[in-house]
Amino acid sequence: MSDAAEPVKRLVTPVRIEYRYTPGIAATKFLKAIAQGKLVGQRCPVTGKVYIPPRGASPTHGVPTEEEVEVSDKGTVVTYTIVRVPSENIELELPYAAAQILLDGADIPFSALLQEVVVEDVRIGMRVQAVWRPKEEWGPTFENIEYFKPIDEPDVPFEQFKEHL
Amino acid sequence: MSEVVMGEGGEASGEILSAQHVMEYAYRRSLGPVLSRFFTGLRDRRIEGLKTAGGRVLVPPCEYDPETGEATSEDWVEVGPGGVVQSWAWVAEPRQAHLLDRPFAWALVRLDGADTALLHAVDAGSEDGMASGMRVTVRWADATEGRIQDIACFVPEEEGS
Repeated sequence: MSDAAEPVKRLVTPVRIEYRYTPGIAATKFLKAIAQGKLVGQRCPVTGKVYIPPRGASPTHGVPTEEEVEVSDKGTVVTYTIVRVPSENIELELPYAAAQILLDGADIPFSALLQEVVVEDVRIGMRVQAVWRPKEEWGPTFENIEYFKPIDEPDVPFEQFKEHL
Repeated sequence: MSEVVMGEGGEASGEILSAQHVMEYAYRRSLGPVLSRFFTGLRDRRIEGLKTAGGRVLVPPCEYDPETGEATSEDWVEVGPGGVVQSWAWVAEPRQAHLLDRPFAWALVRLDGADTALLHAVDAGSEDGMASGMRVTVRWADATEGRIQDIACFVPEEEGS
């Protein structure tokens, strides 16, 4: 509340949208698999590339991606950003790193949070692994993975993932 | 922010997954000198307009005259609390974010002493209670803190505030 003696200098205008999300066939398969602790993508029959989370069609050829492929929960940081600006909706300690992670067996990276690392040590090519929430908390949601953490494996040379940025 | 609440059929065993998502961001804006004074006035249950160089009274006030682009004066004028509905649209089914939880009108209200209109809600009970040209007056919120919701709504003038 503002002090009655002080002029009002700021205004909070909440922007809010509430909506019901129905994931569709491909994402439903992904979500049902992650509820079992598995990461399952789909392969393009033309290029052989594996997309996760799957959208049901190849983004390059438009054909259905019917073959399901389980990928690892280990992967490689292909790029990252360090967040130093607070946001009232995010309770993480600053600074923290958000990364694009290419899972072993997948051909497209996705965004995830990195923890258990000092941000100065985060680098492109760094090996990481998912940290899962306790099994009894799992549901059909990406939130089963709490974050990714570094693992003791040699960095992957850029040449090996430059096609997957 | 996105919070995921599984709805019916949301269990892993169900055939169709569905979840309620909420995206929300508390956008903070700095008001600047003119709107700071306007909202401070609302907090103190006073509506003030600002004169342009040409003498027109703008409510809500602007830093620049919308017609000429010239800076407005520093000449403030108290307006209202009564005014005239210039135009209106009836909301038969209010949404959660609306100011009122019952059917109401969005209206352009030209407050007494002002030359421009303020967009706000009018609580007229029914669509039949609304008309362009009708007189309305402010109903203040129980608690004011320097925001447009300090005006709870406008009501037909005969009901008083």
